[in-house]
Amino acid sequence: MSDKIDRSWLLESATFSRPVIREIQRAAREGIYDIRGFGAKRKLPTFDDLLLLGASMSRYPLEGYREKCDTRVTLGTRFAARPLEIATPVTIAGMSFGALSAQAKEGLARGATEVGTSTTTGDGGMTPEEREHSKLLVYQYLPSRYGMNPDDLRKADAVEIVVGQGAKPGGGGMLLGQKISDRVAEMRDLPKGIDQRSACRHPDWTGPDDLEIKIQELREITDWQVPIYIKVGATRTFFDVQLAVKAGADVVVVDGMQGGTAATQDVFIEHVGIPTLPAVRIAVDALKDLGMHREVQLIVSGGIRSGADVAKALALGADAVSIGTAALIAMGDNSPEFEKDYNELGSSAGYYDDYQDGQDPTGISTQDPGLGARLDPAMAGRRVANYLRVLTLELQTLARAAGKTNVRNLEPEDLVALTVEASAMARVPLAGTDWIPGFEQKR
Amino acid sequence: MEFDLAETGVRELNRFLHDTASSGSRVEVGNPSGRHNIAVGAMHGCTVRINGHVGYYCAGMNRNADIVVRGNAGPGLAENMMSGTVRVQGNASQYCGATAHGGLLVVEGDASARCGISLKGLDIVVGGSIGHMSAFMAQTGRLVVCGDAAESLGDSIYEARIYVRGKAAGLGTDCIEKPMEGEHFEELGELLDRAGMSHPMREFRRYGSARRLYNFDVDNASAY
Ligand SMILES: Cc1cc2nc3c(=O)[nH]c(=O)nc-3n(C[C@H](O)[C@H](O)[C@H](O)COP(=O)(O)O)c2cc1C
Repeated sequence: MSDKIDRSWLLESATFSRPVIREIQRAAREGIYDIRGFGAKRKLPTFDDLLLLGASMSRYPLEGYREKCDTRVTLGTRFAARPLEIATPVTIAGMSFGALSAQAKEGLARGATEVGTSTTTGDGGMTPEEREHSKLLVYQYLPSRYGMNPDDLRKADAVEIVVGQGAKPGGGGMLLGQKISDRVAEMRDLPKGIDQRSACRHPDWTGPDDLEIKIQELREITDWQVPIYIKVGATRTFFDVQLAVKAGADVVVVDGMQGGTAATQDVFIEHVGIPTLPAVRIAVDALKDLGMHREVQLIVSGGIRSGADVAKALALGADAVSIGTAALIAMGDNSPEFEKDYNELGSSAGYYDDYQDGQDPTGISTQDPGLGARLDPAMAGRRVANYLRVLTLELQTLARAAGKTNVRNLEPEDLVALTVEASAMARVPLAGTDWIPGFEQKR
Repeated sequence: MEFDLAETGVRELNRFLHDTASSGSRVEVGNPSGRHNIAVGAMHGCTVRINGHVGYYCAGMNRNADIVVRGNAGPGLAENMMSGTVRVQGNASQYCGATAHGGLLVVEGDASARCGISLKGLDIVVGGSIGHMSAFMAQTGRLVVCGDAAESLGDSIYEARIYVRGKAAGLGTDCIEKPMEGEHFEELGELLDRAGMSHPMREFRRYGSARRLYNFDVDNASAY
C-alpha cells in the first residue's frame, strides 16, 4: 500500500531526476524526440542576477510621478527614409500566423498599437487582420519565404531578415500537420495537413557578402523607405553583430537562448546558444568596437518579463527589447482559468508548453476555429496593452530612481551583479566589490 | 525610355519601374555590366530589355513586367517573382527562380545549382542543363529542363513537377520518377510552347514527390 511508505526517505537522483526518467521512458515508447513550444526551462544566469544602483549622495534621483522620463526610441536611423518611432522600448516579437491563431495575432497588434509600439509578422506571412490593427508592423523575411510577396513588403513599416532565433540558432521552423488549416496551407502554398518544415538557411544567399546584396535588393524594392533589421539567435554574437552591421543592417535583433518558440526539439531549446544576459553585453561590445553603438540600434529578446529586465537590458546598452512568451501569457496563456482543459491535455496552468500541437485551450497557439473563437482579440489586445504599460511604468520607476531623464541614459555603471557568473557575463562588478572576473579593470 | 546604368545606376531605373512605368512602357537598359538588383520589384506590365550581363537578383520579385536579359545572369535571378515573364538569353547562376510564386522564367542556356529552390508556383523552362540540388523543397510550380540535371534533383520536394529531357544524375530524398500521362504531355507541351522551345515530348521524363516524408514517421528517420 503506497500510503504505508514513508516517502521522506526516498532520495531522488540529481542525475536521473523524475522528469529525466519520464523523458527516457517517453523516448523509448515513442521513438521520436520531444518537440514543444515555450523557451528554455533550465536555470540560466539572467537579468535577475543583476541589481540597479539607485541614486544617493553622488547621483540625484528624479521625482517619481512628476519629472519626465522619456521612453521614446527611434529604430532604423542609419539608412531608412522612414525610421520607426516607438513610444516605449518594448516591441512585440515575430510570431507566425500558423503557430498563433488569427485572433492572437490581432490581439498582439491591437495591444502594441494602443501603446505606440511595433509588432512583427512571422513565418507564414502577413495577415490582413494584423496589418489593419498594427500601426507599426515589422515584416519578417525568413528562409522559408512562406507568403513573401512584394505587396506586403511595401506595406511593412520595417523588414526583419531572420537569420536565426534564440530558441534554435541554426535550426529551421516546424509546423506540424495538425496545425495546417486551409488558410495556413494556402498562405504557404502547401497541401493541407502535412508537416511544414521551414528551411534553416536562406535559399538565395549564403554569407554576409551575399546578404549585403540581398539587403540592397530589399531596399531597392521598398525604395529605401523602411528600416531593415537582421535577427540572429545568440551564439557567436560578437561576429554575428559585426557582420550584420557590415551587411548594412539598420537594426540588429539578438535573441537569447531562453527565447520562446512555437515548435522546436526540446534538446535544441535547452542546449544550443547563449543566454540573453551575456548576449546583450557582447552585442554592445561588437557595436562599440565598430563605432556603431546607437547608430545601428540593438533590440534584445529572450526571457524578458518585467520592467526590471527591460531596464537592465537598456543599461547594458540595448536600445529596445522584444517580447514573445510574456505577451502570450498576458493574453491568457497558462492562465488558471483553463486548468481543467490543461489537465485533460496532461499538463497544468503554469507548465503548458505544447504550442506545437494545436490544442491550446486558450485559443492562442491553435488553428482550431472553435478554440480560436475563445480568444476575443479586443480583450487580448487590452491585456497586452496593459502589460506593456506596466513594463513601461516599471522601467521609468527604475530609471528615475537612477536619476535618468531618458531610459536610454541607463548605463552599465548603474549595475552590479549578484553572482560571479553574471558579473563575468555582464561585465559589471560583483556587488560590494570592484571585481569583474576575467576582466582587468583600469582604475 | 532608356537607362544607361553607367550613368544613372540602378536606383533611377528601379524607381522608374515602381513609380512611373505603366503597362505600355518599353524600357531599354544599357551597360548593366553585372550590376546587382537590376529591375527589381517591377510592378507594371511594361517590357524591359537589358543589354548585357546582370549580377545578383535581377528581376527579383517581379510582378507583371516582361523582362529580357540579353546576356548572362548572376545568382538569384527572378527570385520570388510573382507574375510576368523573365527570359535570359545566356546562362543563369545559382538559385534562379528561388521561392517564386508565379509567371514564367526562361533560361535559354544553362542554370546553375539550386534552380527553382523552394519554388512556390512559378514555371521555369531551361534550354540547357541545371546544377545540383535543383527544386530543393519545391512546393508547387513546374520545372522543365531540356538538357541534364545534376545530383540531388528535387530533394525534399513537395507538389512541384519536374520534367527532364536528358539525364538526371541522381534524385534527392523523396523524389521519384513518375509516369508521363496525357495531362503531363499537355502541360509540358504548353510550357515548351510558351518558352519558344521545341523538343519531342516523349524524350522527357517526369519527377515528383513520393510523398513519404509529408508527415514525420520515425521509420523514415534514415532518409534524412
Ligand atoms: C509561439 C511563438 C512563435 C514564434 N514564431 C517566430 C517566427 O515566426 N519567427 C521568428 O523569428 N521568431 C519566432 N518566435 C520567437 C520570437 O520572435 C522571439 O524571438 C522570442 O519569443 C523571444 O523570447 P521570449 O519568448 O522569451 O520573449 C516565436 C516565438 C513564439 C513563442
